[in-house]
Amino acid sequence: MAVNVKPDQPEYYNHEQLTQIDYRPPAQAWESRPVTIRPGSFLHPAKPKGASSLGLPHPRQWSPMDEDWKLPADWKEIIITGMKERLEKYRSFKIFMDTCVRCGACADKCHFFIGSGDPRNMPVLRAELLRSIYRNDFTLTGRLLGTLAGGRELTVDVIKEWFAYFYQCTECRRCSVFCPFGIDTAEITMMARELLQLVGVSVNWIIEPAANCDRTGNHLGIQPHGMKDTLEFFADEIEELTGVRVNVPINKKGAEILFVTPSGDLLADPGTYTCMGYLALFHEIGLNYTWSTYASEGGNFGLFSSADLMKRLNAKIFAEARRLGVRWILGGECGHMWRVVHQYMDTMNGPADFLDVPVSPVTGTRFSHARSTKMVHIAEFTADLVKNGRLTLDASRNDRLRVTFHDSCNPARAMGLIEEPRAVLKSVCRNFFEMPEETIREKTLCCGGGAGLGAGENMEVRLRGGMARGLAVKHVRDAHGVNRLATICAIDRVTLTTVCDYWAPGVKVAGLHELVANALVMKGQKKRTHDFRHEPLDPES
Amino acid sequence: MAQIVVGDVTIEVDEDGFIQEPEKWNVKVAQALAETEYVNELTEGHWRLVNYLREYYQKFGVAPMIRKLCKETGMKLAEIYELFPTGPAKGACKVAGLAKPTGCV
Repeated sequence: MAVNVKPDQPEYYNHEQLTQIDYRPPAQAWESRPVTIRPGSFLHPAKPKGASSLGLPHPRQWSPMDEDWKLPADWKEIIITGMKERLEKYRSFKIFMDTCVRCGACADKCHFFIGSGDPRNMPVLRAELLRSIYRNDFTLTGRLLGTLAGGRELTVDVIKEWFAYFYQCTECRRCSVFCPFGIDTAEITMMARELLQLVGVSVNWIIEPAANCDRTGNHLGIQPHGMKDTLEFFADEIEELTGVRVNVPINKKGAEILFVTPSGDLLADPGTYTCMGYLALFHEIGLNYTWSTYASEGGNFGLFSSADLMKRLNAKIFAEARRLGVRWILGGECGHMWRVVHQYMDTMNGPADFLDVPVSPVTGTRFSHARSTKMVHIAEFTADLVKNGRLTLDASRNDRLRVTFHDSCNPARAMGLIEEPRAVLKSVCRNFFEMPEETIREKTLCCGGGAGLGAGENMEVRLRGGMARGLAVKHVRDAHGVNRLATICAIDRVTLTTVCDYWAPGVKVAGLHELVANALVMKGQKKRTHDFRHEPLDPES
Repeated sequence: MAQIVVGDVTIEVDEDGFIQEPEKWNVKVAQALAETEYVNELTEGHWRLVNYLREYYQKFGVAPMIRKLCKETGMKLAEIYELFPTGPAKGACKVAGLAKPTGCV
């Protein structure tokens, strides 16, 4: 049967059409330009089941393609009241609403603008979608002068516009790097999404994982026996490849360290290879640690939904650390997890005064920068092992690979984790090439699919949002023969696979610890002939 | 929400055509779903995949990782794509009556 390509598949989109972008501002004022919602451009609404199980308001069946979104009768009052409450609760929100001078430094820094040319994707204008309502209803000049003071009335069309554009933002904060006032545009998107959620306008790609996480401990809904089965499958695979049987400690009371990683590592390739990498590494260094089937999610889709939901999902990590009696927490290769941990966890669910300041049991290094949350990122943990010469590494096992590194937005910008993954990579790979300077480190470009945008139905948005990153990957592929992109985020591992297949075919995506595991010399190992993907180390043999 | 009707069974499906009432799944429903994923006829190979997916789903409540699916059915990923052109996660899972995985996947 012939396969009809649909808007949720990358093949649907023609490269030339996508790259023909007109950056000239349209003559018509943005307020009067209609918002188009078409297949490929929006996310499916949250299903009532997930929204109800989380107790979210106004769960219902609705479609963005319909004229009537079935908003509650008092939707306008709900939004204005919700905005008032948030302006009072979050001083940052009020400052960000008041501060912008529209200098435009951010305008061309957003990959969604770069990939679409749509003025509403300029961060300044995306914020203006909300700011104009703020001015109209919450400032004196706006109340008196209305549109003359940059205000506009809240209408159903504004709600539709918010839905369209606050879900074309990945909360990656690249624009904030360039803002002279340091306006955190991600927090503006977060506020807009919270307001939309109050009237039952949210997306399934966020709400269903959040509901799963609330119920089973992780976004994918993996239950304890499923997690055990999966980890043992990985142990079998590692034994097949290395001859070494690794242990899989689960819910072990009295372990020194609780390990928490995104559940995507347990299901989706290529994250599964990275997950095997963690197991191999922990075995090799004799780490006294445990997995948890209760706190079985590092990620937190609550971050993309509301502060309350983020707090509720995040609470499981400290609760489990307390129950198991561990001393500190090690976190896996996740992106947005670290925005939550580094910026919100301590005040949301801390203080974690029942835990110790993390100390590496192998090197004795004290991670004093993690003294508030007691959580260490595995890239810094492993970088410390490498620096102290505690791993035997055979980098030649990765010689087939020509590697570049994608800084994931949150580890790079929300916690400054920039040198550590590079130090690890350079110790396990001999062919390492950086992408252009303006596309990496704190200026890193986006995968186009974070913050709940990683679904299929919004594929045009993802390909456009990932275009700038994809073309930077293509650049190093063509200049240096790069064939592998390493990254330390589970969303990246999945979304950048799509981005690379489309914009830079031939480049595959890998987690950092997959490459570590390839190079790791393990005690008692057999002669290694294959990498962790079961691909031969020497293609000639 | 959209519905599909197979014989005397009416089942709700989501925007991507995944059934929302897994308890109503049966062989005829599988065949009807297969047609929406460009599979004309469910052969022995299709059933080996579908049966394994259902078995795993009934035991664990979620879809298995693709590598496990390959290993347990003895099929390579390319062979699965030959049987289900839209792939294991979309095509095969839909036919087996599973939900679409969401999250960092």
